[in-house]
Order: sequence, then C-alpha cells, then structure tokens
Amino acid sequence: MMLIQEAIHQLRLFTRRPAAVFFVVAMPLVLLIVLTQLFGNEKIQGLGLNTAQFYTPALAVFGVVMACFTYLAVSTATARDLGILKRVRGTPMPPWIYICARIIAVSVIAFASLMLVIATGALAFGVEIIWERAPAAAVVAVAGAMCFASLGMMVTALFRSSETVQAASSAAIMPLAFVSDIFVRPSAETSEWVPLIGNLFPLRHFSIAFQRAFDYAYEGNGFALPDAEGIVYSILPHLGVMAIWGIGAAVVATRYFRWEARAI
Amino acid sequence: MSAISVSQLCKSYDGRQAVNELSFEVEKGETFALLGPNGAGKTTTIEILEGYRKADSGSISVLGLNPQTDGAELKRRTGLVLQTTALEPELTIWETISAFARLYERPRNIQTVLVDVNLAHLRDNRVGNLSGGQKRRLEIALGIVGDPELIFLDEPTTGLDPEARRKIWTLIQSLNANGCTIVLSSHYMDEVQALANHMAIMVDGQIAAEGPPRELQRQHCTHSTIRFDVGDKLPHGFPAKLVADTVVLDGHAELVAEDPTAILSVLSLWSHDTGYDLSSISVTRQSLEDIYLQLVSQRQGNPQGGPP
Repeated sequence: MMLIQEAIHQLRLFTRRPAAVFFVVAMPLVLLIVLTQLFGNEKIQGLGLNTAQFYTPALAVFGVVMACFTYLAVSTATARDLGILKRVRGTPMPPWIYICARIIAVSVIAFASLMLVIATGALAFGVEIIWERAPAAAVVAVAGAMCFASLGMMVTALFRSSETVQAASSAAIMPLAFVSDIFVRPSAETSEWVPLIGNLFPLRHFSIAFQRAFDYAYEGNGFALPDAEGIVYSILPHLGVMAIWGIGAAVVATRYFRWEARAI
Repeated sequence: MSAISVSQLCKSYDGRQAVNELSFEVEKGETFALLGPNGAGKTTTIEILEGYRKADSGSISVLGLNPQTDGAELKRRTGLVLQTTALEPELTIWETISAFARLYERPRNIQTVLVDVNLAHLRDNRVGNLSGGQKRRLEIALGIVGDPELIFLDEPTTGLDPEARRKIWTLIQSLNANGCTIVLSSHYMDEVQALANHMAIMVDGQIAAEGPPRELQRQHCTHSTIRFDVGDKLPHGFPAKLVADTVVLDGHAELVAEDPTAILSVLSLWSHDTGYDLSSISVTRQSLEDIYLQLVSQRQGNPQGGPP
C-alpha cells in the first residue's frame, strides 16, 4: 500500500516537471513524426519495412530508455542534491520501498510513452502490429525497462551530483542510440564494427528484440530458440544480454548508492 | 526515565575529532538545547542520535532504543527537522504534508498541523514559492505530523529574519507545552534562553558548560562592569582605593566587581564632593552571551581541544 502511494506520489512529481515530460513522452513522438516526414513513409532500401514500421518500435524503445534510465537517474540525483533522499531516510518508510516506488513510477511513464508512440504509428502512419508477437514484445519491454532502471540507479550511485549524472547519462545514451538501430539503421556501407560495438551494450539488444516484433522478414512469435540462418524471431539471446547488464548494474548500484549528497 | 542518554560519545572524520567523549542526559518533556559555533559538533551529535551516523565509540540511548539497531522503531517515534531545507519545490504544502502523514501509523490531523504552523491559508501554494521562514515552518510541520514523542530541530531558525524566528519560537514552545521532548541546536544564545530549560554549550566536540539557563547564569555571570567617561587618564583626586582596580580604555574607565554597590557608593560620594560629572556611568551584569563568547574564544584558542 505504501509502495503504491509512494509510486503515485512520484508520478505526480513527474507531471509537475514540464522538461521531463517533454523529453520522455513528447520527444519520441516528435522524432517519429519528424523522421517519417523527412524520409517519407516508404519502403527503406534493403529492408522489407517502410519508415514508420522501423521507427515506431525504435522510438518506443527510446522513450522507455529516456524514462527508466535518464529520468530515473537524473531525478534521483536531483532529489539527493536537494536532501530529499536523506529526509526520506528519517521517516518510517523502508528505503527499499522508496527505491521500488521510483522504479515503478518510471516504468508506468515508460509504458505510457511506449503506447503513445505505437498508437501514433499505427493510427497515423499505418504501422502494422503483429499480434502473435505482442507477448514477446511485452516481455522485451518489461526486461528493457528493468535493465535500464538498474543502469540508471548505477549511474546515480557512481556520480555525485545531478549535473554529472545528467552529463554521464546523456554521454552514454546518445552515441549508443546511433549504433543501436534507434536513430539510424546500419546500411550496406556501414563498417562491420558498428553493430559489433552496439552488440556489446544492452541498448541494441533491447531495440532489435523489440523492433523484430514488427518486422515481417522474421518468423515465429519470439519465444523460439534462434536458428542458424537468423530468420526466426527470438528474444532469448537479447534477454540474456539485458539480464547480465541489469543484474551487474544492480549489484554496483547497491554497493555504491548513497542517500546523502556529500559525505562529511 | 531519560528520553536521551549519551555517554562517552566519540566521532571523528578523517582524523579530526568532531565529537569528543560527550556525555549528557535529556529528560522526558524537556527542551534541551545544544549551543555552539559552527563546527562545534552539534549536527554530528544530533545526526548520531537520529541514526544517520554511527558513533566511533560510546553508548547512546534514544527513547530507550539504539539508533543504529532499532532505527525503524525510532523513526516511528521521532520527528526530524534537518539542518538544511529538503523539500520538493513542485508540490503544494498540502501534498507535501500528506505525503509524510501517510508514512506514520497514527498521524496528526493535517489541517490541525497546518493551523499550528500557521500555513493553513497557504495550503495550495507550491513549496517553491514560499519564503525561507514558511519553508522552515513546513519542515517543522513534517517533523510533527507523525505525532512524535521526541523531535530533533537542527538550527531551526538559522538564516531567518527576526519575525520568522519569533514565529518558530512560539511554535516550539507550544510543542513542548503539549509534552513533546525537544532537542534543538542553535548558534543563538537568545534563542536558547527563550526556549530551553536545559542547555549545553558545545565547543570543539565537548560540552563546556551545561545546566538550566538560570543556573548557568547564576554560576557563571558573577561579575558586573562599571564604566564611565574619563578622557585619556583618571582625573586628579580620583579615590585612591579604586585606582589599582580601574582600567582606562578608549576614554572609559572600567571597574569589574562581583558586587558593584560598594564601588558605586565610593564613586557617587567622590562625584558629589568634587562635582566631577559621572552622568555617563553604566553598570552591566555579565550576560550568558558574554559567558558563551568567552568559553568559545578560550576553547578555540586551545588547539588541543581539552583533556587527552
């Protein structure tokens, strides 16, 4: 009960922060509209997809990352700078409830942002939803949200002030988004090492596993094991990579997290 | 039973001794004040009692509990006002206090608390738009909304204007009148004298003087200073028996005595006989503020900071 009330409290705080609402909810939508208009909603060369069919799931993933990673990290670091985390520790609320409530709140925001992007893609740009893959896509979305929330808490734990947390989270996400098939997709001219680098990090696994739920070039509902030719849609290897990153980040976050801005 | 019992408490940061063998008791229902300059160890002491910091050594009991091991129980029964303001600027006053009230088993009525801290008329205002004094009163409201037996107030009025300070004093007095034990820290002797019935002057991590303010005044404020204008030296014919004890400084003559009446009678007789103008004369009893400043300068002049 306390957990749900605190999560609602955190959601209320989010709605009072226009800049956060813009970056997390509006920006993926704006990017979807702009990119679809920019490139024209036609078949992308070398892919069986049109522009919106590619960008809709990619930007839905981007919205989840903005909520669960960037907003969680920056808002938690800001609350720490303001002394709010320290004050909360002086109340009877167990610390784990406070942290879980924050994660639940950003997950709800992430879900809203994701649904908004997909609904816009489907209604405005004719994006087709492959319903048999919806459960796999949902599993990927939840795993991605948890993985990036965990990474967000790690960044908050490793950097001291909200300014450095803001800088570190942007510095991590923006370049990665370019090698993770979110803003651009590797083409025939792209060097081979670009996707290889992307594959080391969880963002590309999140984006690919989610995008393939919208891609007719693949087969199956996503829960099968991957095949040698790479035609079967399988979320399992991607979930594995996200799990490793997520659990690793959670361990680091737990070890180094501080409730006070500066140690005296 | 004591509300708080501290014995031989020590805490150091990076080799600097912040609190050094501190011992004191706070009785239930008391308003206990820790008075001291910045860096005296007041906040360290309070944060150890609150459970934020761990003592290096010594024994601590707060409401019969150990702040390190019984933190959950302690947090249900105590209220805090930390040294620095910590509020979410986006929320309204009502939302802020509601969010705290639901964390306690038997919270006080929110409207009543807001009336107590004189913020009821601003309940729908955003916290970010409040003045410093209003924010501090809201924090006191957050400290008392859980209906605590004991409340810690770490420098509740530092940085506020005189009127805002008075309002907070009235609030603290009414809290104490309702039976709440209060531990407060302050830089200001006037604040401590107005609020506390038990005080400790803290300098360099140690207690330099402790007791009820009246008692400290009786013990320490033993001398009066007689002062009058004389020019650059004592006038011709000044009473011979006072010459040895009179100091001339910046155009004033000063005499210090436990009982000034004998000296005053000699001076007034001399003035009457010689016609010397004594209309500038003043007699000042030492105040607790003087004692406090004296203790602070004595201790700080001594880098050892007390016994080994």
